[in-house]
Amino acid sequence: MLIRTPADILPSEITPQAHYEGRRRFIAQAGSLALATALPAGPALAGNLGPLARNPFSAQEEPTARKAITTYNNFYELGTDKADPAENTHRLKPTPWTLRIEGLVNKPRSFGIDELLKIAPLEERIYRMRCVEGWSMVIPWVGIPLASLLKQADPQGNAKYVEFVSHYDKATMTRGVLDWPYTEGLRLDEARHPLTILAVGLYGDTLPIQNGAPVRLVVPWKYGFKGAKSLVTIRLTEKQPLTAWMKAGPSEYGFYSNVNPEVDHPRWSQATERRIGEFGKRKTLMFNGYGEQVASMYSGMDLRRFF
Amino acid sequence: MTPTSHQISGLKLALFALCLSPAALLLRDLQLDQLGANPIEALTRATGEWTLRFLLITLSITPLRKYSGWHWLLRLRRMLGLFAFAYGAMHLTTYVWLDQFFDWPAIARDIYKRPFITVGFAALVLMTPLALSSNSFVIRRMGGRRWQALHRAIYPISLLGCLHFWWLVKKDITEPLIYTLLTCALLGLRAWWREQERRKQLAGGYLPPRQGFNGKIIRIVAK
Repeated sequence: MLIRTPADILPSEITPQAHYEGRRRFIAQAGSLALATALPAGPALAGNLGPLARNPFSAQEEPTARKAITTYNNFYELGTDKADPAENTHRLKPTPWTLRIEGLVNKPRSFGIDELLKIAPLEERIYRMRCVEGWSMVIPWVGIPLASLLKQADPQGNAKYVEFVSHYDKATMTRGVLDWPYTEGLRLDEARHPLTILAVGLYGDTLPIQNGAPVRLVVPWKYGFKGAKSLVTIRLTEKQPLTAWMKAGPSEYGFYSNVNPEVDHPRWSQATERRIGEFGKRKTLMFNGYGEQVASMYSGMDLRRFF
Repeated sequence: MTPTSHQISGLKLALFALCLSPAALLLRDLQLDQLGANPIEALTRATGEWTLRFLLITLSITPLRKYSGWHWLLRLRRMLGLFAFAYGAMHLTTYVWLDQFFDWPAIARDIYKRPFITVGFAALVLMTPLALSSNSFVIRRMGGRRWQALHRAIYPISLLGCLHFWWLVKKDITEPLIYTLLTCALLGLRAWWREQERRKQLAGGYLPPRQGFNGKIIRIVAK
């Protein structure tokens, strides 16, 4: 007589969680890819972005869980609570999309997302992201250096600054709170810095709407709000542009907004941060830990004054 | 309608369970990992908002009683006020323990340097003697008028609580605005009643005695 004893190991103990989640993700992506190919839309629909180039700037840290990155967002156009954007993704249609680059450039032009993806090889950039509110994440972005796009437009000699304008649709998006559309700005050298990217993806997939689809700015040594989402216009200017947050609170938000543990927000300390997913707090690093790459751009500047 | 004291006891028991339920639900969500990506922030925020809500509920008992004639509502007020304090204490605990992890120098700096923490902390400190004096023994010892005078501290406490919330939010002030408007309405009502009482007394009618009414009617007009 054959007596079968039940296995004393659960299947979940055999399959490492990462593999298990990977399979889940694969199934989900296979589904959305099937959908994407079935629909007569462009290539910017949800799906895997394919092989990515590695980049030495990537942080050697464990990325924050995808669920946290995609459900805890400050994207006021889709709602001011952090859980709102993931629930209000219907308010923004990422296709079709054009990003226009204009102002003090010799070759102003508009890019479709598929054209944008061909400007430079897509790279994975695992960056720390420090929010001005005192929390942080490690985010595996996919993107291209902003410098490669700027080069295509050929900036003129008198261009000193770059202004970024986000999409805004009064009919579907939040009214009030900020002066819409959302605008941000960088100095031209900051915009050309190799750390500065236009992100089009997250965790190897196209960018979720709540994270700023289809294309957003990422400047890892500055507070998160500098990374304007869902970009429609990039404009080169001679004068320093006024940003949405500078208009909203000039004493609290400056043009530079570099991560700086020594310069507090007027209402709270910036010395520490809570890494999402961790219990205790970490010390905030100068320039969010990217000082080696970026500090020279600010040498001789009083960072208390130019906050 | 006036419930019997037996019914009041039953009502109090039900109210106690109801007041406890937000804390119970928060604990459940914490256990099930349903408080979002930043559970500590969610806990701090929720306990803070419940403190404000209980302060407002406590403040609305007197107007409700006055306009409905249900004087027995007064017998529920102490519990509601104590719950406001309890949620305030939980709010402070989440900050001291989960947010700052007993980093006393950092906490002291925060209280000193951050206006929103200063007013929040002041509100909780002011609530403490109110909670401690919320028993029949102390009320008897203090006498009704003095006890009532002390417990009017709930007016500035509520305003400080609103200010604490207002100064904390980054930009969207909708929620603190709603709490502040409700608080102002509840306090404004009291100012209005007082003004009416003052006019009545001035009109030469009846002046209540300086002592002896246990604070039920205040003599406003000096003479």
